[in-house]
Amino acid sequence: MSAVEQTISPDGRTIGGTMMEMRNITLRFGGVVAIKDISFDIREGEIRAIIGPNGAGKSSMLNVINGFYHPQEGEIWFEGARRGPMKPYQIARQGIARTFQNIALFKGMSTLDNIMTGRFTQMKTGILKQAIWHGAAAREEEENRAIVEQVIDFLEIQAIRKTPVGSLPYGLQKRVELGRALAAQPRLLLLDEPMAGMNVEEKEDMSRFILDVNDEFGTTIALIEHDMGVVMDISDRVVVLDYGQKIGDGAPDEVRNNQAVIDAYLGVAHD
Amino acid sequence: MNTNVLANGLETFPKLLARNAAERGNRAAYREKEYGIWQSWTWAEAAQEVEALALGMMALGLDVGDYVAVIGRNRPALYWAMLAAQAAGAIPVPLYQDANAEEMAYVLEHCGARFVVAGDQEQVDKVLEIAEQVPAVKEMIYLDPRGLRKYDHGHLHAYAAVQDKGRAAKGDLGDELARRKDALQPDSTCVMLYTSGTTGKPKGVVLSNINIISTAQASSEFDHLHADDIVLAYLPMAWVGDFIFSMGQALWSGFCVACPESPDTMQSDLREIGPSYFFAPPRFFEGLLTNVMIRIQDASKIKQRMFYNFMAHAKKVGPALLDGKAVGLGARLKYALGNLLVYAPLKNTLGLSRVRVGYTAGEAIGPEIFEFYRSLGINLKQLYGQTEASVFITQQPDGEVRADTVGVASPGVELKIADNGEVFYRSPGVFVEYYKNPESTADTKDAEGWVATGDAGFIEESSGHLRIIDRAKDVGKMADGRLFAPKYVENKLKFYPAILEAVVFGNGRDFCTAFINIDLGAVGNWAERNNIAYASYQELAGHPRVYEMIAAHVAAVNESVAQDDMLAGCQVHRFLILHKELDADDGEMTRTRKVRRKIVEAKFDDLIGALYGGAHEIYTETEVTYEDGRKGKIKATLRIEDAKVAAEKAVAA
Repeated sequence: MSAVEQTISPDGRTIGGTMMEMRNITLRFGGVVAIKDISFDIREGEIRAIIGPNGAGKSSMLNVINGFYHPQEGEIWFEGARRGPMKPYQIARQGIARTFQNIALFKGMSTLDNIMTGRFTQMKTGILKQAIWHGAAAREEEENRAIVEQVIDFLEIQAIRKTPVGSLPYGLQKRVELGRALAAQPRLLLLDEPMAGMNVEEKEDMSRFILDVNDEFGTTIALIEHDMGVVMDISDRVVVLDYGQKIGDGAPDEVRNNQAVIDAYLGVAHD
Repeated sequence: MNTNVLANGLETFPKLLARNAAERGNRAAYREKEYGIWQSWTWAEAAQEVEALALGMMALGLDVGDYVAVIGRNRPALYWAMLAAQAAGAIPVPLYQDANAEEMAYVLEHCGARFVVAGDQEQVDKVLEIAEQVPAVKEMIYLDPRGLRKYDHGHLHAYAAVQDKGRAAKGDLGDELARRKDALQPDSTCVMLYTSGTTGKPKGVVLSNINIISTAQASSEFDHLHADDIVLAYLPMAWVGDFIFSMGQALWSGFCVACPESPDTMQSDLREIGPSYFFAPPRFFEGLLTNVMIRIQDASKIKQRMFYNFMAHAKKVGPALLDGKAVGLGARLKYALGNLLVYAPLKNTLGLSRVRVGYTAGEAIGPEIFEFYRSLGINLKQLYGQTEASVFITQQPDGEVRADTVGVASPGVELKIADNGEVFYRSPGVFVEYYKNPESTADTKDAEGWVATGDAGFIEESSGHLRIIDRAKDVGKMADGRLFAPKYVENKLKFYPAILEAVVFGNGRDFCTAFINIDLGAVGNWAERNNIAYASYQELAGHPRVYEMIAAHVAAVNESVAQDDMLAGCQVHRFLILHKELDADDGEMTRTRKVRRKIVEAKFDDLIGALYGGAHEIYTETEVTYEDGRKGKIKATLRIEDAKVAAEKAVAA
């Protein structure tokens, strides 16, 4: 782990040293440059927002962080070590979990089973043992179920425990997806537009849950979000992308007053 | 009866708890679903939890005679908090958990609570918000630590931490606790409950140990409750009924109290627990029946035919079978088959399979709804009660159950009807006083112990059952001098699933008019079936087809009202459908969901004017309060409809 320089956020949370660092990342798809020479870091315990207009490269950046895309140039440092090319499941085992922009749940499975899949990377017994419910497999399932139940309790979704997620309203599906990510007990949680398509009340609920996750479990959170009100309210630091480049980085207030950011969002008059 | 309780030496809650721990220490006393599993505590374990908390609160400075506010949803730990307060010589004051900060400030200030036991962060936040108005509150104890880690813990304590403190202090304070328990008298205050108050500020009803325990004993014996019974505690802890069922009767009879996992899971928890003794307001049974009918309409044709066929049979013979009357063999066999195919599976789905004694009260229940449950073989009965009576005034004995009465006087209760029709009662359960309010006490209770119920009613000569007409103060006269009883008409309207709430006006007027609130669940489902698109409650409420349906219901009610000799003048001539649901947050209803007539009248003054003015449309703006306390305005143009009025029965002169 890098040199510890702890700071206390205005609301009393402890923000630790650098957890993840992106150094000069460039990602190309053929001739298209999705991300161009971007560097930023995520510190332990903080809520870090990545914002930018459509096509700015936000989701690509999240996909780089969780190992789904491999950048052509640049280095990724996680917990003080440089990360080589890895498969997404290996990265998941390192303690990084995510949710998706478009809900990616198993629609026919219950809330409980969906969240249980979040425990998959932590299970050790083989498929055969699990199928015949052999001693170790049964024990393992119980242990994992206990963790899943804590997540269900935390997100207050007891009433839909056995409901197939396909029949749930959108806002609740988003919550179940957060639950699945939480079940992996991640140290770094990546949220891709957790509030897209929600009404005001659902957004307030989700904001509360994100803050509570950060507060209760000390989970570091990196999120992409379009709702500026939400971003400015809940994040500690914000990085702003536009056309694959970083145009701003800092506390919400700094970013809000940054001319490049204002131009990117409101457009610039061409004279 | 009082002597009986005294002779047994069981006149206080600590003594009842000690008896249960000694005599049935290994039996389940409390259950609660948490993390998806039913956790349980035996009487012996519960006694230890209570002792640890009592000692812990004493270590924090709880004195004899202090008031301890308990705020939260039904959880075993909060029932223990009440028992612990009593053991330490303090008085528990349960509060409505959905009360807003302002209402909470009034009650905390009024009783001068020094301790608050709160369920979770939401309740803690509310109390902290009003901290300046309630300087008497010294210490606050919370149950669910979520979100509270970073709070200043100077006067804020985790429930478990207080218990740890108590266990550690047992050597020092154990004797003192025993002394405080022994010092409790039959007449000392057992609990203070704030009435929701359809008029004015809530009043603190002081109930003594003997009030609660003798009532619990009498009512337990009336319905043969015993230690094998189980109840689901889901109604507000601040309500006297929950205190009697989940504390009084549970401790007296030694049965198990189960608490749901969360308010949203009540229905599935009910099914898993399968209570044998069950109480619910009419609203619950109405909602449940509405759900059943909606699901039957979605079922396959075969299932529908089976359901309708056997339900028709059940309606004919079910209630008679339940009352133990003679029924022909063929009908019995058909009922048995119906039970196998329809009734038993349905009861199981509803979670009512094992209900031996079920009660409904608080409002009148629709005869059809009532008969539906009874025909399934569920022993649903009615009772009539009040906080001031420790619940029980009248109740229906097995075998004498009817939809239109509230039963005979409960054991130990005397009834009398005043000249103006108001019902008075006297019983061992009659409250001591309204806290710090001698005028109201004197207004309600006379020197001989007779208490005014505020309800007008009469005792049926043929059966001796009491029938309630309306609130005495709401009963009035029409302009032509005929009797006006709004509740009577409102209840008839509310028996239709589409109508959630109705408010009828007409006192001193030429004719009656009504506000209608539609039931979003039932009407929404109906709209879906009939391809009626709507974007909001307001739009649905104003839809012409909805008006058409409601107009038909009003006409049907008028038809039936016209048949009543006394109340034929109460037919509804004009009505409108309100653009918002009447809501406790807006002060239009009490927390127990009773309409506050005066406030509704004042608030919708313009609408009432339009009802009597002859207009067919009215534009209105209404202030609403959101759950988080912010205020907003909704605007609407409402239609006013003329209803079909039925010809009155020719009165034999």
